[in-house]
Parts: sequence; structure tokens; C-alpha cells
Amino acid sequence: MATCWSKMNKSSSILKRSSLLGQSIPWQPIKMGAPLSARASSWWSGVEMGPPDPILGVSEAFKKDTNPLKMNLGVGAYRDDQGKPFVLPSVREAERIIAQKGLNKEYAPIGGEPEFGRLSANLAFGQGNEIVSSGRNVSVQTISGTGALRVGATYLAKWFPGNKTVYLPRPSWGNHTPIFKQSGMNVDGYRYYDPTTCGFDFNGAMEDISRIPEKSVIMLHACAHNPTGVDPKDEQWKEMSQLVKKRNLFAFFDMAYQGFASGDVDRDAFAVRQFLEDGHNICLSQSYAKNMGLYGERVGAFTVVCKDKEEAARVNSQIKILIRPMYSNPPVNGSRIVSEILTNTALNKQWLEDVKGMADRIITMRQELKDGLANEGSSKNWEHIVDQIGMFCFTGMTPEQVEKITTEFSVYMTKDGRISVAGISSSNVGYLAKAMHAVTK
Amino acid sequence: MRRLFSDMMSPLPTELKSLPSFLFSCLFTYIHSHRSHQLTAILESALIAHLLRLFKYKEVGHSFFIMSEFAVVEAAPPIEVFQLSRDCQADTHTQKINLGVGAYRTPEGKPWILPVVKKAEAQLAKDIDAETINHEYLPVLGLDSFATAATSMVLGKDSPALKEERAFGVQSLSGTGALRNGAEFLFRQLKRTVFYFSDPTWGNHGLIFKNAGFTDARKYRYWNKDTCGFNFEGMIEDLQNAPEGAVIILHACAHNPTGIDPSQEQWGKIADVMQEKKLFPFFDCAYQGFASGDLDQDAWAVRFFVERGFEMFCSQSFSKNFGLYNERAGNLTVVVKDKSLIENMKSQITLIVRAMYSNPPAHGGRIVDLVLKDEQLFKEWCECIKVMSSRIIEMRQGLRERLEKLSTPGQWNHITEQIGMFSFTGLTPEMCQFLLKEKHVYLLKNGRISMCGVTPSNLDYLAESINEAVNKFK
Repeated sequence: MATCWSKMNKSSSILKRSSLLGQSIPWQPIKMGAPLSARASSWWSGVEMGPPDPILGVSEAFKKDTNPLKMNLGVGAYRDDQGKPFVLPSVREAERIIAQKGLNKEYAPIGGEPEFGRLSANLAFGQGNEIVSSGRNVSVQTISGTGALRVGATYLAKWFPGNKTVYLPRPSWGNHTPIFKQSGMNVDGYRYYDPTTCGFDFNGAMEDISRIPEKSVIMLHACAHNPTGVDPKDEQWKEMSQLVKKRNLFAFFDMAYQGFASGDVDRDAFAVRQFLEDGHNICLSQSYAKNMGLYGERVGAFTVVCKDKEEAARVNSQIKILIRPMYSNPPVNGSRIVSEILTNTALNKQWLEDVKGMADRIITMRQELKDGLANEGSSKNWEHIVDQIGMFCFTGMTPEQVEKITTEFSVYMTKDGRISVAGISSSNVGYLAKAMHAVTK
Repeated sequence: MRRLFSDMMSPLPTELKSLPSFLFSCLFTYIHSHRSHQLTAILESALIAHLLRLFKYKEVGHSFFIMSEFAVVEAAPPIEVFQLSRDCQADTHTQKINLGVGAYRTPEGKPWILPVVKKAEAQLAKDIDAETINHEYLPVLGLDSFATAATSMVLGKDSPALKEERAFGVQSLSGTGALRNGAEFLFRQLKRTVFYFSDPTWGNHGLIFKNAGFTDARKYRYWNKDTCGFNFEGMIEDLQNAPEGAVIILHACAHNPTGIDPSQEQWGKIADVMQEKKLFPFFDCAYQGFASGDLDQDAWAVRFFVERGFEMFCSQSFSKNFGLYNERAGNLTVVVKDKSLIENMKSQITLIVRAMYSNPPAHGGRIVDLVLKDEQLFKEWCECIKVMSSRIIEMRQGLRERLEKLSTPGQWNHITEQIGMFSFTGLTPEMCQFLLKEKHVYLLKNGRISMCGVTPSNLDYLAESINEAVNKFK
């Protein structure tokens, strides 16, 4: 009788269950508009041109521009003060050490090496945290943050017992929506960014969150919100945590910038740790693309905090079932670097310095940009440039102003007025201030 | 009063799922039910609290919330091939043999990093120091020169599809990822729902396509267990009955798990049927070069289909032929009739990739790219694949010889007639169980052995064990 929550349908096969994923995945309809011709004899004549990626489009246009003063403030990848990609010294050293070890190329386990998962969870939750020591987390290696989100979304679409809708902050990273939709989840939102202040709409967020149906999934950016750079204050996070608990919502954290935001890995994990302290059993996606500069190596982790070890074992087994038909097992080049850094005391120290260096440079550029605008004589309030945090800054420029700054000054950014502060250097921050002032005065 | 009873109840374990506990609760309630209404009400609420705890609700203030979202999650059955590896690892028997997972082993039974791969990695390390490469994102569809080289490797550089610019590649997460990318595209863009795989096939084929959205999984006959051979007539018949537009998964060479490939003539007939019935070929090419030692020979079927004018997909894995298992280097080759459609197709595949993993891992792709483009390295690599393929062929011969010498009942020519990493021995589940439990020989229960696990030093023991098993259960 008391078997409500216990194992249902023990006999049903994996194959049968996985066909559930085949139902109603929303997608664009195909319009057969092609005229009858030789094209019609191909299977692909009905394939429409997909929408251009707004961010990649910026980079492409930038490449074609011949203006020597051009600036690419589109893609979110860190650049040093010479505007060059940056391979972290700690990463380089880790690579050398690993090369000496002569490790083999055998398949990694489906969820990656357990040690990598453990190290990632400890980095997020704090050394010595109760969750990892009691073994109640499932932490698997994934294909960077995107892969972690996809594994998480697929897992929730299949196993989340509540409302299969994820509530994203408005705005959110553009890729969140397709990831969740293609996994079979519905997507909705809650107020987040206040365009009038270029800051956090705390009251709006609290109001919207209190109206989210119970047992829904709420997505939270752990730090350095993408694209706005606007983060809640500690006290606001505390209130949000209580509200999310009261509403019985499931918290899904996306942490892509731990360490990269403030320069301090513990500070940047404040929200995640606060929620854990308040008793939320969250899930978390982590990326090492930015904080270790391992973009193209695709290193990330997905964690589910479970009730206990036994539940973690069950959840782990199901997550592996979702990973196997996606890519079987993860690439290790990047994860080996991460593990080396996080276990080697000297390298770990070096890494913390490297990441602080990146964060500091960005914070400096923010300050210089704000000062530069003041020097240009701008009367506008640019406080948000330094209040916001992380790689991106929501300048508040309108699409028309963005258009103007691109055509007249060859400054490339996305239409929403978002700039990648990482693309600013001490040699061009003055030019940028001049350009921004010119189009906004 | 409520709290009093909660305290009384609390010594009882909260996770009681047993019938006795429930009966006790009922009995308790019944006995006291004719007492005062107040007492009954108290008992009722205590019972409810007790039952709610059974159902994993936790009391917080006056409201209950589910203790865990994932209490409903069942334990998934372990995947056989990995369980096998784990069991073999734990086994302390000195003569144990692992014939489970398909990864190449040296004659000493060790993993092998190809010397040419080591060279390529050393070069890449120098390039990072010289800042000619770095760890930046690759394009969504991967490193262009890798995709071009990989596509050319399977289609042949003189392929009409390449000359006419109607083929392209998408760097993917090894073979699995390439299959998944292709399947997602076929489902989402062409709305395909029916797919066929051989009976038997690699265990992950069905799962990949189903997770990509396909709803109708069908088999075409392939293995004839009575002859330990290819059920060609069965395959043709099943394809004849396939609905138009069905996606057919074909093994380019070294069929997994049987090791049996159609002859060129048979491929001709397969192509005839598929053309007539308008079926879509999706090749899985995981062993190019690894099967016969010759890249062109192993790609023959794929190239034949291109010449026959098919539009098709081919997933390529560099796990085995480059020994890059954990770097996830793969490619999805796409061949179309009309090159003007390629831009649209790429844009849609881009959306699929972006929502799954954004862009592929660089390291494995760079290694393959370096080797395929450099004349000297390419030559060295061709030698490496000859080493691997010939060792396997040698082991096949050795095993067959010994079984025939021992007069093991049955025919054993299939051991050498099959090709590639795997051999479908034809051993029954009981024989396999015997080998597992009594002889410490680890193989899949369908009788599949990985020839990579066979070495000169364990050939005798293996043959003897198989002989014993067959004689015991024949």
C-alpha cells in the first residue's frame, strides 16, 4: 500500500521509456515553398534557412570591416590587454605536467572521472561541504556549460515530477531557451532586468517568482548574469531563496563565471551556497570555459544534489542513460587539465591568481570606461557600468544607437546594447568612450 | 495535543514502508475510535502525519513539501558492456580474459597510444607555446579543415560528390555524436520517424535515434545463427517491406557485433532495393582502416552508394583507427544532390549542435587534422592501422586454428571470415555464462567477443575454454 513513491513500472524497458522523449518537441514548421525543379528530387528541398546567430553575425561583420580602429565587443571570450586570446599560465603548466604522465586514451566513464565530478562539486559548494562528504551529489562531466544544461534539461524533462516548465530570468542567455525547448521542457520567464535603472528589478522578480506555479523549475544565474551583468545583492539572494522555498520551486543554477566575476571563487559561489544552506536540493551547471580559459576543450559539470546517497545512485544511473545516446562519454583533454589544477596546490594557487587577474582587468576596464565617458562630457548616468559584473555589460544603448556606433565607429556589439568588457583594452577604451558618448549624447 | 502525539509517534522510524506498521496505525485508530471525538481527531491527524512521512513528505511548519523531487527516480539497469569491464577488473583470477569492450590492445594486452598521435600532440604543444593555436572556441560545425579532411577520407579525394561540391562534414562528438547530430536533423527537419537497424547491432543505435525523436524502431534481419553467417535474403526482404523515407542504419565495414559484411555484389542488391523503395542510407563508419588495414577498401560500400547517386549521411569515428577513444573525435559526412541546399542544411544543423553542446572539443579534432594533412604523418598513421588490423587478423587465425585442432564441435570458419574488432562466436547464452563464471572469460551474453582482448599469451587458454564450454552444452 505504501508504495506511492516507490519504483514504478519496474519491468518497463529503457527503450519504451526513452520513446517518451519523442513526443511533442516544439520546432519550426517546414514550409514547402521551393518551386518544382531539379531541387524537388532532393530530400532537402524543404529545409529552410535557420535564423542567423546574432553573436556570430557580429564577429563575421567585424572581420570584414577594414577600419583600423574597429572593436569587437560581441563574443564572450576573454582577451588580454593586447586584445589577444589568453591561455592561462596555470593551464599551460598543467598541460606540461599531464604530458609527462603519459596517460592513455581509453574511454572515460560515461559521466567522466568521478574525481573530476567531486572536484567540481567541491569548487562550487566549498571545500569540506556536507553534500560531497555525505556522497549525496551526482556530479558528472559534461560538454562545458551547454552540455551540462542539456543533460540537466533532458533529465528534468524525463524525471522531474512537477511542472515541466523552466522559468528563465528576463533576459537570459540566448541559448537557454533552445536548450530547454529541444529537451522537451516548456520555457517561461520572470522579471529580472530593469531597463530604467540598468539594474536588478528585485521587486519585479519577487512578484513574478511568487506567481510561478508550485513545483516548477526556476533558473538562476549564480553570478555575472549573462547578458546584463546585473547580480542580486547578498540580502536579495537570501530573500529569493526563502521565496523559492515557499513556492516549492526547484532551483537550477547556471554558474559559468565562478571566480571570473569578482576574482574570488568563494564570493562568486555565494548564491549557490546560500541556497544549499537554506535546504534547497538544487541542480547546477558549471563551465570551465571562461574561468580556466578552456573554451574549445568543452569542460563542464552537471550536479544534482540529492536527498541521500541511495537516491544519488539512482539519479546517477538515469543520467548516464541520457548521456550515452548523446555522445557516449566525455572528452578528457580539458577535464584532465581541470583536475590537475584543482588537485595540485601550487597550480591551484596559480590558477586563483590567473582568474583574479582576468577579473581585475575587466573591473579596471569598467572603471576606465565610466571615467572616459565622464571625461568626454557625458551627462548620462553610467554608474551601471561599474555596478554590473562579469564579462558583459548592458550599456542601455538602444538598437538605433548600436546601429550608429557600428556604422560610424566600427564598434561591434549585439543589438541589445550588450558589450563584452573582455574585448576592451587600455589602448582602445578611450575610443570606445568617445564613440559611446557620440551616439548617446 | 497534536504535538504530543507526534512525539509519541516519532520513535517509530519515519521511513516505514511495511504493512505491519500501517496495520498497527489502523488498529490503533480503530481501538480509540469510540473514545472522545477529540481523541479520534488527534489520532487521525497523527495517523495522517505518519502516513505522509511514509510518502516522503516532510513537515515544515504547517505545510508539507516533498522531501525530494527525485524519490520517483528508478535505478537504471547497468549497461552490460561496462558492467562486464567492472566485473573483470574486480576478478583476481590470473588467467582472466576481458573480451568485452571494444578498444584495441597490444599483444601484451595494454592500451596503445599510436606513435603518430604522440607526435601530433607534441606538435600541438609546441603550437600552443608559439601561440599559433590556443584554447578558443571552434566554430559550431567544428574545425573546417578537420571536417574537410575527414569527409575526404571516407568519400575518397576523387569522389564525384567532392568534385561537385555537394558533400560536407560536421565535426561531432565521435561516432555517437555524429549519429545523434544526423538523427536529430532527420527527425526535426525531415520529420522522419521510422528507422531500421540490423538484428543484431551496436546497442546504442536504437537509443540514439529514439532520443533524437524517432518513434518507430524496426529491425532488418542480418545474422543467421544457424549458419553463423549473413542472412542476406532476410535483409533484402525486410528492406523491401520498409516504408518510403525510412532511415536505414548500415555498417560501412566491420559490422558490430557480428563482424560480417555484405559482399560487393550484395551491397549492389541492397542499393537496388533502397533506391527502389526510396530508403535513406545512414552509414555508421567506425572502423575505416581498422578493419582490413586499407582505408579505401573499408570505405568501399560508402563510396559505392555515392556513385549510385544516393543522398546519405555517414557517421565517422576516429576512436578506434586513431586510438583517440577519450578525445571524442568524429565527423558526420553529408552527401546531397543539390549543393545549393547546403547552406540551409548547415544552418539547421548549427541550431541542433548549439542546443546540445555549442561547439565540439578541439583536441581530438586537431590531432586528426594534423595527421591527415601532413604527408609524412599520414604515412605513419597508415602503418599504425596496418599494425592494429593485422594483429587482429592474426588472432582470428590463431583462434580458429586452435579450435579446429581441438576438434571443437561446430564450424569455426566464421572466426576468420568475419572482420574487424568483434566476432560473433555463435556461443549460446549458457556457454557464455559458463565461460564467465567458471573460466573467467568475459564476453557479452550474445556471444560477442572483442578480438582486441585476445593475445598470443591467452590464445591457448581461450581456445581450451571455448572448447570446454561447447562440449559441455552442445
